Amino acid sequence: MRARRTRARLTFGLAVAVIALAMVSLLAGPARLSPGEALSALVSGDGVAGIIVRDIRLPRTLLAAMIGASFGLAGAALQGLLRNPLAEPSLFGAPQSAAAAAAFLMAFGLSSATSLIVPLAGIAGALASVGALVAIAGKRASLTVTLLAGLALASLAGAAIAMILNLAPNPYIALEITFWLLGSLQDRSMVHVWLAAPFMLASWVILSTQARAFRALTLGEDAAASLGIAIERTRIAVVTGVALGIGAAAAVAGAISFVGLVAPHLVRRAYGADPSRIMLPSALTGAALLLAADIAVRLAPGVVEIRIGVVTAIIGVPFFLAMIFRERHALEEATA
Amino acid sequence: MSGDTPARLQASGVGVSLGGRVIVSDATLSLKAGEFTVMVGPNGAGKTTLMRALAGLARCSGEVRLDGHPLAAMKARERARRLAYLPQGHVFHWPLDVATLVELGREPHADPFTPLSAADHDAVAHAMAATGVTGFADRAITTLSGGEQARVAIARALATQADVLLADEPIGSLDARHQLIVLNLLRRIARDGAAVLAIIHDLTLAARFADHIAIIADGRIVVHDTPERALEPARIAEIFGVTVERFETADGPVLIPSHALGEDVSRSAPPTPGAAPP
Repeated sequence: MRARRTRARLTFGLAVAVIALAMVSLLAGPARLSPGEALSALVSGDGVAGIIVRDIRLPRTLLAAMIGASFGLAGAALQGLLRNPLAEPSLFGAPQSAAAAAAFLMAFGLSSATSLIVPLAGIAGALASVGALVAIAGKRASLTVTLLAGLALASLAGAAIAMILNLAPNPYIALEITFWLLGSLQDRSMVHVWLAAPFMLASWVILSTQARAFRALTLGEDAAASLGIAIERTRIAVVTGVALGIGAAAAVAGAISFVGLVAPHLVRRAYGADPSRIMLPSALTGAALLLAADIAVRLAPGVVEIRIGVVTAIIGVPFFLAMIFRERHALEEATA
Repeated sequence: MSGDTPARLQASGVGVSLGGRVIVSDATLSLKAGEFTVMVGPNGAGKTTLMRALAGLARCSGEVRLDGHPLAAMKARERARRLAYLPQGHVFHWPLDVATLVELGREPHADPFTPLSAADHDAVAHAMAATGVTGFADRAITTLSGGEQARVAIARALATQADVLLADEPIGSLDARHQLIVLNLLRRIARDGAAVLAIIHDLTLAARFADHIAIIADGRIVVHDTPERALEPARIAEIFGVTVERFETADGPVLIPSHALGEDVSRSAPPTPGAAPP
């Protein structure tokens, strides 16, 4: 009982942190606006301040929160399904596959960056990658098979991107795609928000309904099935939900990685290992992390803005290595 | 148990094929309330596959009826309320606390939007007390010994309060004391009214604890009878390929395997009909 109340307080605190970071995000940028000015500009939309806050900072803020939440939830869900704290959509090439599909459209001029086809292609790319991973990992979801299949799928996505850049009709497009692939929330508009929002919302709904199945899967697939959990349905729901969230995110912001690994891991330290309890906190933590990262790239001095995808990878990969180092004994046992 | 008690779980002509290979064929078995049945058989005989079919987890031909209803037509949750299954190896993928794990046994009864009811809490408390794990309630499962983990796994299955309990090698990898504790527990669950089926390798323990023994070999149930009649030395030699010494004790028969038949014909084993040298 007391533990439950502590968790509820923590979750409330996380929600407050996300809102606070979103406020800071609306204030951060080269144009200096006071909190009062920013707030009134957000409400009224008048003048230059209105354009800055409503058209430049608001979409960026919303996208950071939405994408962060999608990654946090997708990571928690994939880890729940595969019973593995190292499962992460970007380790399996899901964002990369989504980005490859979207880059293909851009490279060959098949669509503009704000057409509905881009998120659909992104979702298809992510669906292929996550679907293949879950199919190969299979019932037993052994750590070795899962990670090797993920490595192969990520490499395949990398190869696809390389081929697209190689065959791109002109060097400017290739350069543009290269920068886009780094992952950024710069210069996004409300069109991007509306483009991604329905898919992400669907992803959140689908993944949240699987929380109880993840808890039952703690006992393995046979025991979970014997408890009345429809395992096949859970598998399909997770693949679809992750693909919708990650595909839509990659389509509007390029390849952003490792939020789905870091967020659930941080949450687990405070909430315990129960995979059904970490879903909402992981989403909130993901949103907070990406908002913070996006504020940091805007505040960092320098002529060139560091891309947010670069920041998440540069922090996420060492974090991943530290996790492997800490868990190495358990991992050695699991793969033996 | 009287012969006219209706079977809780009735399998008729059950067959399972995996990848074109027949694993189980024509298995007919009935499990009655209050009875503890033990399934024995050599490695690879099809025990686990048959048990998964009985639990409704493996597609099979023939028919399995649970309380008279065809298992295949039952809703998964309905089946889960009446039949609990304990897979081999006591798997716990996340270091959850013991109480949360035992509460998973109430999953088939749970309403998706409400926390555990008073009845759920009662069932969980009862299951934990019966298995002696109440003292571990708040501990992470990973901090417990293998024997303690096995008891938690049984508590989880017990919490469902199902009419039928199927346990696949519940005493595999346990020390001698915990083997006895777990078998006593399973027998007590049967005495309290459930139909219990367990796969066990130790023939002596099977003979001592079971009301009935089902021997499975090459995917078929060769015999389903009382321990005295089922575990005849001649039959054990034929099916398991070992000669056994049988002693009667106050606690029941003791069966000691003495020679592996057909393993190394030139040395110690007596010649057997049908076991051709390699």
